[in-house]
Amino acid sequence: MKIVIVGCGRVGASAADSYDRAGHEVIVLDSSTAAFDRLPSTFGGKAIRGDGTDEDVLRRAGAEGADVLLALTEGDNRNVMATQLAIEALGAGRVIAKINDPLRAEAYAELGIATVCRTGLILDAMNSYLGLPLSGLPGLLPPSGLHDGAAHQRFAAPPPAVKAESVPSPRPIATREV
Amino acid sequence: MFVLVVGGGKVGYYLAKELIESGHEVALMEKDAARASHIADEIGSIVIAHDGCEGKYLGEAGCNRADVVAAVTGDDEDNLVICQMAKHHFDVPRTIARVNNPKNEALFRHLGVDELISPTRMILGSIEQDIPVHELLHLAALGEGELELIEAHLQAGSPAIGRAPRDLSIPEGCTLFAVIRDGVATPLRPDTVMLEGDKVIAIGKTECQDLLHDQLIGETVSADA
Repeated sequence: MKIVIVGCGRVGASAADSYDRAGHEVIVLDSSTAAFDRLPSTFGGKAIRGDGTDEDVLRRAGAEGADVLLALTEGDNRNVMATQLAIEALGAGRVIAKINDPLRAEAYAELGIATVCRTGLILDAMNSYLGLPLSGLPGLLPPSGLHDGAAHQRFAAPPPAVKAESVPSPRPIATREV
Repeated sequence: MFVLVVGGGKVGYYLAKELIESGHEVALMEKDAARASHIADEIGSIVIAHDGCEGKYLGEAGCNRADVVAAVTGDDEDNLVICQMAKHHFDVPRTIARVNNPKNEALFRHLGVDELISPTRMILGSIEQDIPVHELLHLAALGEGELELIEAHLQAGSPAIGRAPRDLSIPEGCTLFAVIRDGVATPLRPDTVMLEGDKVIAIGKTECQDLLHDQLIGETVSADA
């Protein structure tokens, strides 16, 4: 399988190494070259410096048509965007976004993206060791809804020019202090 | 209207300020505590010092009753997630995102963000509008400055195409003397027929330029017409 990994932190580097050793075609991206020090010298995949939320960068890295894209950076939103780009623009097969905010993890699973939430995973790993009831927080959530990309045609490029929207004339309402 | 602004940079700050002055109800989310308290000092206690990308804090900020959510941070991925969470999780009727990378516009639009504002695209558009596409190019001033070396790029619509210099009424004091075709420069004789795509090199008095323009480019049409 062609597996693209965005973010070469501990999880990303470990995933890249293990999939590489299992014989998969692995492409790992990180915005910092220093991150690639985490990869073993035996790593045979591609390690590319670049922003995984930039469509051009992903294309240049060869992410188009990937069977799997894993977004494992430290930024929940970067992960969300990388996976959505992969589905919408790059024709990726399956994607997983690491989202540590449980609320966002659930919301994006409903929007059709598999999410993995460290918060729930760690807590429940500890709870099962301690014999305590599970937290109810999400761990790995498979997509429960259809992502837009599955329901629609791939979006057409180039995008129409953006026009400045005029701000509607204000109604006089007293400002409320929050 | 209740407007939730996320991102307390320059854009978010002035946006919140203007909205308040227009009488709207505003809440501003800014995750940097120092920046948040600075803004609160300036425009009052409408600032929530939390990350607007975090679902919990969006909820606490009253996202579910917002009429508009404007995501104006400097990071496209944050703005996308804020708008998607607002739209799909909190049922906000109108979401507006600032988009820095123009390439992201199609994705954002497709993923349901209602309105996109791309400063990059706007500035780009503005610059491109100001580049004259059907103009004479001034290459150099000659002599005491009363003469100019001019290049005219003959494009579709030019009255000179298919004609030779002797068929044109070249203003007095001007000479068409060379043509660049396919990267090769050749002398322009009175009977050389000019073609679309040619670059005609001329020397002329500065005051002849309008007439020269009419002959080689066409009647003056402003770029934004």
